[in-house]
Amino acid sequence: MSLSENTTVDVKNLVNEVLEAYPEKSRKRRAKHLNVLEAEAKDCGVKSNVKSIPGVMTIRGCAYAGSKGVVWGPIKDMIHISHGPVGCGYYSWSGRRNYYIGDTGVDSWGTMHFTSDFQEKDIVFGGDKKLHKVIEEINELFPLVNGISIQSECPIGLIGDDIEAVARAKSAEIGKPVIPVRCEGFRGVSQSLGHHIANDAIRDWVFEKTEPKAGFVSTPYDVTIIGDYNIGGDAWSSRILLEEIGLRVIAQWSGDGTMAELENTPKAKVNLIHCYRSMNYIARHMEEKFNIPWMEYNFFGPSQIAESLRKIAALFDDKIKENAEKVIARYQPMVDAVIAKYKPRLDGKKVMIYVGGLRPRHVVDAYHDLGMEIIGTGYEFAHNDDYQRTPHYVKEGTLIYDDVTAFELEKFVEAMRPDLVASGIKEKYVFQKMGLPFRQMHSWDYSGPYHGYDGFAIFARDMDLAINNPVWGVMKAPF
Amino acid sequence: MTDKLSQSADKVLDHYTLFRQPEYAAMFERKKTEFEYGHSDEEVARVSEWTKSEDYKAKNFAREAVVINPTKACQPIGAMFAAQGFEGTLPFVHGSQGCVAYYRTHLTRHFKEPNSAVSSSMTEDAAVFGGLNNMIDGLANAYALYKPKMIAVMTTCMAEVIGDDLQGFIANAKNKESVPADFPVPYAHTPAFVGSHIVGYDNMIKGILTNFWGTSENFDTPKTEQINLIPGFDGFAVGNNRELKRIAGEFGLKLQILSDVSDNFDTPMDGEYRMYDGGTTIEETKEALHAKATISMQEYNTTQTLQFCKEKGQEVAKFNYPMGVTGTDELLLKLAELSGKPVPASLKLERGRLVDAIADSHTHMHGKRFAVYGDPDFCLGMTKFLLELGAEPVHILSTSGSKKWEKQVQKALDASPFGASGAAHGGKDLWHLRSLIFTDKVDYIIGNSYGKYLERDTKVPLIRLTYPIFDRHHHHRYPTWGYQGALNVLVRILDRIFEDIDANTNIVGQTDYSFDLIR
Repeated sequence: MSLSENTTVDVKNLVNEVLEAYPEKSRKRRAKHLNVLEAEAKDCGVKSNVKSIPGVMTIRGCAYAGSKGVVWGPIKDMIHISHGPVGCGYYSWSGRRNYYIGDTGVDSWGTMHFTSDFQEKDIVFGGDKKLHKVIEEINELFPLVNGISIQSECPIGLIGDDIEAVARAKSAEIGKPVIPVRCEGFRGVSQSLGHHIANDAIRDWVFEKTEPKAGFVSTPYDVTIIGDYNIGGDAWSSRILLEEIGLRVIAQWSGDGTMAELENTPKAKVNLIHCYRSMNYIARHMEEKFNIPWMEYNFFGPSQIAESLRKIAALFDDKIKENAEKVIARYQPMVDAVIAKYKPRLDGKKVMIYVGGLRPRHVVDAYHDLGMEIIGTGYEFAHNDDYQRTPHYVKEGTLIYDDVTAFELEKFVEAMRPDLVASGIKEKYVFQKMGLPFRQMHSWDYSGPYHGYDGFAIFARDMDLAINNPVWGVMKAPF
Repeated sequence: MTDKLSQSADKVLDHYTLFRQPEYAAMFERKKTEFEYGHSDEEVARVSEWTKSEDYKAKNFAREAVVINPTKACQPIGAMFAAQGFEGTLPFVHGSQGCVAYYRTHLTRHFKEPNSAVSSSMTEDAAVFGGLNNMIDGLANAYALYKPKMIAVMTTCMAEVIGDDLQGFIANAKNKESVPADFPVPYAHTPAFVGSHIVGYDNMIKGILTNFWGTSENFDTPKTEQINLIPGFDGFAVGNNRELKRIAGEFGLKLQILSDVSDNFDTPMDGEYRMYDGGTTIEETKEALHAKATISMQEYNTTQTLQFCKEKGQEVAKFNYPMGVTGTDELLLKLAELSGKPVPASLKLERGRLVDAIADSHTHMHGKRFAVYGDPDFCLGMTKFLLELGAEPVHILSTSGSKKWEKQVQKALDASPFGASGAAHGGKDLWHLRSLIFTDKVDYIIGNSYGKYLERDTKVPLIRLTYPIFDRHHHHRYPTWGYQGALNVLVRILDRIFEDIDANTNIVGQTDYSFDLIR
């Protein structure tokens, strides 16, 4: 049953209608973030990475979310201190499903929440003394911790604490890396600056202060996975393919990652980047400083997986290239079976996407592989280079929305009636109430992995179960 | 590389099965041994055992600075929850924008409902110059787009640290015609570095009442027969508020809930998205000034608000998340006393049915040892109910718990022989509780979803009875208050006990002689 009620929406006109609701000043600003993709466009024609307008219900987060929540949090053998009041760490506690293997509380701490729990006196007199004590207590209670990061919350930068001095002193004292991160939530316009700040902290406080592990033996096949947070196990279902084609993944950034993997990364022959948005900074740095090339790849859906495996293999010798072909061939029957099973149930279904990072473009071909169509997409915190990479994936006439407001997204979806909305938890129930199938595409709706061939089967099954569940059919009362 | 793949279209393996397949197990092992440079298995096992010891507990309890897995959030989420219980009210959080994304997410993950709130999206320039312009533009945009009946303003810690003045800013915004002059914009300063979400709740309710009731003392306001009731921050609000209204209906008394989220956090799926639904109306909020009394269901959520109500000449009464037979008795007797109406026969009947149920199941509750954690009021209510069931509350812990709270808990424990082994732990966190459970074992833990890590580590079964519950669905739709609520709580605890017994007696030919059909 298709829920598409309107296939001939005048999208340009729709944008103008929706903008009508804004006060003039905000209308002008928002107009620059909305566009309909034109034929052969070089980018999406929208402005990006600028401040959200107050009061409009942006879906964006903050720099702390980008650093602690995204980049640093998944490093499993470190303890990440949410430095400041209790809330930030509480809300981001176990929120992103960054899977890891370890003994939580003993040699891994990914699903725990450590905070300096600032009180008024810490704001008034400063929190550096408390931070000293926090680090001492952590090192005593968790002796196997391999490093500590200090994730700054808003007040830290406002009250003038010197967390760098504390980090230097404590690192010398405990003999482990202590990394200060200036990711106060008011910095920048979204979580994006938090990614950048977190990358810079790795550059300055890991690469500059530590060495690759003694005894690490390089091979010509050493690669890294950069920008995979192992949500629902994504990095694992990716890693297995890279290993199968004969490569050695010496580091995972940062899902299921460790301090040692960060330290050994400069030994890689090539850095493979999945989430370009959140980790291109460190890849560029390593290219400049260590002469390590980097390459973007896409492990969503069989078309992109095969293309990426070939592109990656092309950087290596014939053995790897042959292996890549073997691996693609090995998985092809499973892929064919998945498509044979699910494509008939999903063919022609329309999707509107609104997420962050790489997904608003990277997942598009996975939908195409199932015969589905993207009629709108947008990014929470993209920069222009993301919008330049997007036309490669989506077609002319696609509605593009940058930092969309809850109001706009609701109106667009209402008018365009896609068969599926693919967005986040804050959006999920809004659209389900409207009778629209929905999948969370940050957390994979508690499913996953979606990366790799193993993940594609789950992705296809999940899109089917969302769209074809009988609940949509009983929504309207017969009386 | 074997040719047989684990994944297949016929039977799609989810993450919980997929990663247990041999190819992944081998991959995990390779990653660990070649790349992670972790500690030896022996060392990890040694430290793991040490974390369960008395020695570790002593060190853990000597902590002065680091807080690990606390049972509290920060003020603004409580304020937001409070505001969302008023009709057509849009919370407007002044400060950094990421905070609002977190609050909305947290509440949505528990209630499985949309949660609407806006931010003034302050950034570095606002940190330097103040957020006045953000307030002016923000109120105008929120008013134009989301057509609220009221905008309730609260603050993030960023706005508090730089000292933004809400009263002045809102007045300024009204002068700039962001919203009409007579449009209600109550506010509360909600610094995250003071108290917790329950204090934020208190501040916002007081802010809203202040907005409509005026600030001057007013002892001679004529009083009506109405009784106000403030539920407090409650993850079971959907079920509980409806149950309270039903009880009031049985009584035939005019009970006015101040901040009622029950409809807003439980909208139907019928094709229409309701951004706002139900809640205490502005008229009802104004009228509530004239009520003869205000009852708080959660003392620690309403310290300032009740004081304010008292200043308005209202009689006040406070409870601590009253649950169970006696807890409900006390609530009903208070309603009877305040209204002059007797407790209706229908509720007496419900009481009898609850007591009957407890008697039917008492063998399974008697002497069972429990750890209880959560907000201070919940812990008190839960402890008293357990004592009443013949169970033994052993570790009662709340990060928001004060010395006064500890004394209250102790008093409840002292009043029952079943409280002899119990102790209250105020200002402590779930990492403390881990030590407590390892060194002084209990049979069950009562808490929220965060307790699942305690359950995993200690193997003590967890019963989810307080906010947040992310990993079980729909429990918030059922009340925990009133005699009906007590029955729900009893059944939830019993189900867990029975499931636990079954799970421990199901090995064929070894333990299944006790796998009883009848229990």
